[in-house]
Amino acid sequence: MKALRLGVGIVVALVVQTTLARYLAGGRVVVDFVLVAVMYAALADGPLSGLWAGTVAGLVQDALGSGVIGIGGLSKTIVGFLAGIVGTQFIVAQSPSRFVVFFLGSLLHSILFMGLYVLLGLRTFEWSPSGVLGQALATAVIGTLVFALGEFLPGAIERRRAGRGPRH
Amino acid sequence: MALSLPRLRPGYLFLVVVLAHVILISAQVNVRSGVPVLEAATFGFFSEVQRGASSIVDGVRNLWGGYVALRSVRAENESLRLQLADTEVQLQEERALAQRTRALEQLLSLRESFGFETMAAQIIAAGAAPDFRTVTIDRGKQDGVAADMAVITAGGVVGRVMVPGERASKVQLLVDHNAAAGALIERSRAQGVVVGYAGDLLRMDYVSEVSDVVVGDTVVTAGIDGIYPKGFVIGRVESVEKSGGAYRQILVKPSVDFSSIEDVLVVKTEPPEDPKR
Repeated sequence: MKALRLGVGIVVALVVQTTLARYLAGGRVVVDFVLVAVMYAALADGPLSGLWAGTVAGLVQDALGSGVIGIGGLSKTIVGFLAGIVGTQFIVAQSPSRFVVFFLGSLLHSILFMGLYVLLGLRTFEWSPSGVLGQALATAVIGTLVFALGEFLPGAIERRRAGRGPRH
Repeated sequence: MALSLPRLRPGYLFLVVVLAHVILISAQVNVRSGVPVLEAATFGFFSEVQRGASSIVDGVRNLWGGYVALRSVRAENESLRLQLADTEVQLQEERALAQRTRALEQLLSLRESFGFETMAAQIIAAGAAPDFRTVTIDRGKQDGVAADMAVITAGGVVGRVMVPGERASKVQLLVDHNAAAGALIERSRAQGVVVGYAGDLLRMDYVSEVSDVVVGDTVVTAGIDGIYPKGFVIGRVESVEKSGGAYRQILVKPSVDFSSIEDVLVVKTEPPEDPKR
């Protein structure tokens, strides 16, 4: 069931990234929705979920991109696993702490992703601190919001059901 | 035995997965030729998901548009002021339609102006990762699309077909970091190679230090790469700097606004035979 949930989450993130991204920020969206999904899985379900979500999502994203298959997968696997460990070792139940984890996770992902490409001599990047920090900030905002929404919705539905109550 | 086996398992698994990734990357870096099977298969499957999602999004947008229009009509009956507002909305829609018609007319006139056989296509999805500049078009092998076919608009060169699926294809935009095209300065005929650069800019490499290049020069395809036919507009020279070596550092602003393209033409010319294949 958890695997199915992970799979659906990844597909939804990919669809959002590829379909709705065209309508955001003039088509040049800076948020990596797939990374948000991976970190969400890691923080919600632990390092193993983060590991698998990162591997699967990263490989699919690589296959759909124009780069080397595995670099995005490796970056997301590491970030997903580490985010899962942080989620189990520290208390990240509040929005500010989650924001920090998402922000640092996105930063680490950018460093790993760009670093691997540069290390292998496959691509050069114009170092833009504002671009990397901006992407991390946007990812953190979206991630924190998605988490808040994920917690709010089930409770709201439950409250609504309870509010209706049985009719006598 | 402070650490039990189950506690270590995720760590081992992590190492195995990382190792598998490293092997996967190594294999590609060493023998990277053509389109990997995994890439083609994944794209073929996911392009159908993208097609479906695009249809759903369009449907929802249309439904939403219809809902808004219905509300406008109701409001129109209630007050003249809202009627005027509705008319303005309609005017804007007409303007948008006219703009799209003009864009399609431009594409049509471009299509008729040169001898290559072309095919109109629509962009149905953007790239899956923000770091790679690719789009998905709604034409595939069934329509005669093949790898390395040039994709253009009335504005200029868009990119090349990277992975042709059955009913959709992945197009690598010219601004992608891994994209390149043989190019020349239209005025002085100085040759070089245009590659994707930061943001929405291109960089023209291997242009000799003694070449005649000035800001504002038009950069066109050289037709030497076997993908892009000669003479298509790539962009305009934005800056020329002396790098100190044998070549100049030239930045090119693309003539195509990659954030707003919707309709493109696929140039149906077969790429030259690769002797290695």
